[in-house]
Amino acid sequence: MARIELNHIRHSYLPEPKSDADYALKRVQHTFEDGGAYALLGPSGCGKTTLLNIISGLVHASEGRLLFDGRDVTALPTEARNIAQVFQFPVVYDTMTVYDNLAFPLRNRRVPEDLVDRRVREILAMTGLEHRARRKAQGLTADEKQKISLGRGLARSDVSAILFDEPLTVIDPHMKWALRTQLKELHHRFGHTMVYVTHDQTEALTFADTVVVMFEGEIVQIGTPEELFERPRHTFVGYFIGSPGMNLLPAAIDGAAARVGGQSIALPGRPGPLAGQRIELGIRPEFVRLGRQGMPVAISKVEDIGRKKIVHAELEGQAIAAIIGEDAEVPAEPHVIFDPAHLNLYADSWRVDMEGRP
Amino acid sequence: MKTWNNKAWFMVLPVLALVAFSAVIPLMTVVNYSVQDTFGNNVFFWAGTEWFEEVLASDRFWAAMGRNLAFSAIILAIEVPLGIFIALNMPRRGWGVPVCLVFMALPLLIPFNVVGTIWQVFGRIDIGLLGRGLYALGLDYNYVNDPIDAWVTIILMDVWHWTSLVVLLCYAGLVSIPDAYYQAAKIDGASRWAVFRYIQLPKMHRVLLIAILLRFMDSFMIYTEPFVLTGGGPGNTTTFLSIDLVKLAIGEFNLGEAAAMSIIYFLIILLMSWVFYTVMTNYGTEKG
Amino acid sequence: MLELKNVTKRVGAETHIEDVSLALAHGTLNVLLGPTLSGKTTLMRLMAGLETPTSGSVWFDGADLTGVPVQRRNVAMVYQQFINYPSMTVYENIASPLRVTGADRTTIDREVRKAAELLRLTSYLDRMPLELSGGQQQRTALARAIVRNAKLVLLDEPLANLDYKLREELREELPRIFAQSGAIFVYATTEPSEALLLGGNTATLSQGRVTQFGPTIEVFRRPIDLLTARTFADPPLNTIVLRKNGASFQLDGGVDLPVPAALSGIPDGPYTIGFQPHHLSLEPATADAVPVGAKVVVTEITGSESFVHLSFADARWVMLAPGVHIFEPDERIEVFIDTRHVMVFDQAGRSVSAVARRAA
Repeated sequence: MARIELNHIRHSYLPEPKSDADYALKRVQHTFEDGGAYALLGPSGCGKTTLLNIISGLVHASEGRLLFDGRDVTALPTEARNIAQVFQFPVVYDTMTVYDNLAFPLRNRRVPEDLVDRRVREILAMTGLEHRARRKAQGLTADEKQKISLGRGLARSDVSAILFDEPLTVIDPHMKWALRTQLKELHHRFGHTMVYVTHDQTEALTFADTVVVMFEGEIVQIGTPEELFERPRHTFVGYFIGSPGMNLLPAAIDGAAARVGGQSIALPGRPGPLAGQRIELGIRPEFVRLGRQGMPVAISKVEDIGRKKIVHAELEGQAIAAIIGEDAEVPAEPHVIFDPAHLNLYADSWRVDMEGRP
Repeated sequence: MKTWNNKAWFMVLPVLALVAFSAVIPLMTVVNYSVQDTFGNNVFFWAGTEWFEEVLASDRFWAAMGRNLAFSAIILAIEVPLGIFIALNMPRRGWGVPVCLVFMALPLLIPFNVVGTIWQVFGRIDIGLLGRGLYALGLDYNYVNDPIDAWVTIILMDVWHWTSLVVLLCYAGLVSIPDAYYQAAKIDGASRWAVFRYIQLPKMHRVLLIAILLRFMDSFMIYTEPFVLTGGGPGNTTTFLSIDLVKLAIGEFNLGEAAAMSIIYFLIILLMSWVFYTVMTNYGTEKG
Repeated sequence: MLELKNVTKRVGAETHIEDVSLALAHGTLNVLLGPTLSGKTTLMRLMAGLETPTSGSVWFDGADLTGVPVQRRNVAMVYQQFINYPSMTVYENIASPLRVTGADRTTIDREVRKAAELLRLTSYLDRMPLELSGGQQQRTALARAIVRNAKLVLLDEPLANLDYKLREELREELPRIFAQSGAIFVYATTEPSEALLLGGNTATLSQGRVTQFGPTIEVFRRPIDLLTARTFADPPLNTIVLRKNGASFQLDGGVDLPVPAALSGIPDGPYTIGFQPHHLSLEPATADAVPVGAKVVVTEITGSESFVHLSFADARWVMLAPGVHIFEPDERIEVFIDTRHVMVFDQAGRSVSAVARRAA
């Protein structure tokens, strides 16, 4: 277990990067605390897998230093870093039995055979693969193969960190729930430093204590799931987290109020001077109250998705979404109110602090 | 369930006709010869299994057979590990890939008799680069007079000519392995040997079996190159079954015995191929 | 209309599809929902004519098409992998099925541009597929399926390889695209949430059988059996076996759930009670919500909601509660079951609510 420090990491896959655009990772400065559960969340191509591979040493960063518990490991090869990593697609050693697959990382490090046996039996029980132990890994289902991959990642108890690269992509939804909670339980029990890469917000938010949101090679926000949901620092975070994402309405500032078309919306505080910047008002669909009072809207579509309904509407010519309960009805003359405690203001896509609220 | 479409049979009819003319009819002629005897003038007598008994009892046949098996064993023992080794060390991306592939494919493009001629000249002690070179180094090398030198030359020639085939097949197997496997192996702390044993070899086993089968059949039927190089000599030391067969049929005009021998030869190859094929498919299903 | 009549497909000793009958109307979107290996792909291949049923028949607009090969049917397919011709531009990719039919240049151009417009590919027509994002590549494949005016379009987990957000966007657009085309759409997925977002009709599959077919929201709200309810639940359905004793369902020392009025006539005995995670809450949703004392296993927080995994008796439940709630593992908490949405199944797994509804 270790504390992982990323010190001014930059990486480019090109031999001679010139502009910022040539970098897959631009300036990453972050510390993963010992024993934390982290998620790296972002769309494909945002650099999250590159960052993970830099930690494990599968990729060596073009610039910057990497420290494990204060020790510089930047130049060390993967084998010397004592890291476990689980990949997106199952990697199993076909010709070995399930048991031998799980024992492989231990045997390679010359762990005594009685310890290997004890550990492998634990992992078999944990992943529910006991009845498969003596079978060749080839010919198992994708679910089972990925469980082997996960198991191999968990086999060594002394690793600095366990890294996951979208490990549940090939798993059926029901199994996803079971495996994810199992990972979470394991984290509670053993306290490994875990870093989990995914593009799936539910996976990231439910797994991690701290989520690192990445966009175009940069970290745009680091925070708890609650912070990311309540106060996205960047409009991208607002859009990427939550489904549907945050409503963003072009606005103009008028003292302590925001004007959207003909409507004036009171802000919880007075923002600083924002002259010449592009202003947007952000409100999550969960905090748009649909009723008979407030600003009039025209409903364009209501999607009943089982446990809730998504209402698509137009406010002052702008498309907005609202979420209402499964038993709620859409009123005949619909109006909306924005919950003032959950309003966010953005200038050129970055969140603006308003006086009277952090 | 498949729907049977009988029209398909008409499509393969021309091929069947072609095979009949090119393989079945000549084969039947050979069978015909093998069970009869003639003293010329197109007069034939029924000989039954006499020719077969004679062939199977002859030392000459078994000696040639022994040479064939030894030859196949030696070249497989060299070409397969060498081919794997080269394939493992070929670049997997970048400009080196096409260069290596073309370089590897070159020997395969040369006709068999030209290969023989090249090595025949190459190894000559009067004008050949290899022969002169070895001679200059003080080695007493002469493939025309020394049986061991003759064997070494033929084996070298075959290795030079055919290792590429093994390389290309293995390489095809290797490039199909996703990067994630190598990455996982690094994470698991696997040694170079473990990577080969548990990742690369399993992925290559199918193509490797095909390579072995092809190389075995080909080497067992070898004719042109040693014929051009040594003509079966010195003495009979490089006389393989195929060369012996030609000597028997054309040199000595012993058609009956030659026919019986070619049928035995044919059956051996058929049997060997069947064994290989069964091993190969069973190996696949047992784990599939 | 595409009709499957008692279709069964066996390969060797294995049954892939067991006695499936379905009727799909033109202009509808039909979701096949089920876990991996439940038979979704085989069913699609049977519909397409890539496979012939072992028994039963496939009809299209009143004509028996059983055994007619795929080339002679007007079918388009889109797969999980993005399959395009890598050496052709997006324009040529979309045009390719039209070129095969020998359409003239102006028709091709008109149709390609129409499809591109629908799928928002107009500005990428000159690009090569591999220069595009995954979402755009899959849009190209969709455009190719739509441009030929196929009567039947089969989509086999088309969004599975896309990023979550891209999936969300395409999912929202797909019903609009489908509505404009008038073909029969069949869409296979493993995700209940995807079926719900797409709407239309849903057939739930389990081990080669169609367990229920009907309007998506209807199947979700009123499954006819436990298997369907389980297939159509994400997070997994909460269940517990209770014994009906007069006016209530009981578990020794635990719950006392009043029997809904509509079910008062059912005999006493053991029943499986099922309810969705969001019908378990920290505060009673109505006055007659039933309190239950449960133990926390682990809590997952999404920022707006909390998934609290609970153990109760020998059952594992998930509660989906709005807001952020942090509980320690092994903490005992009181939760409430919303009785309005409880489903009751008999020992054979049939929904007694559905039976009662039909009787009423």
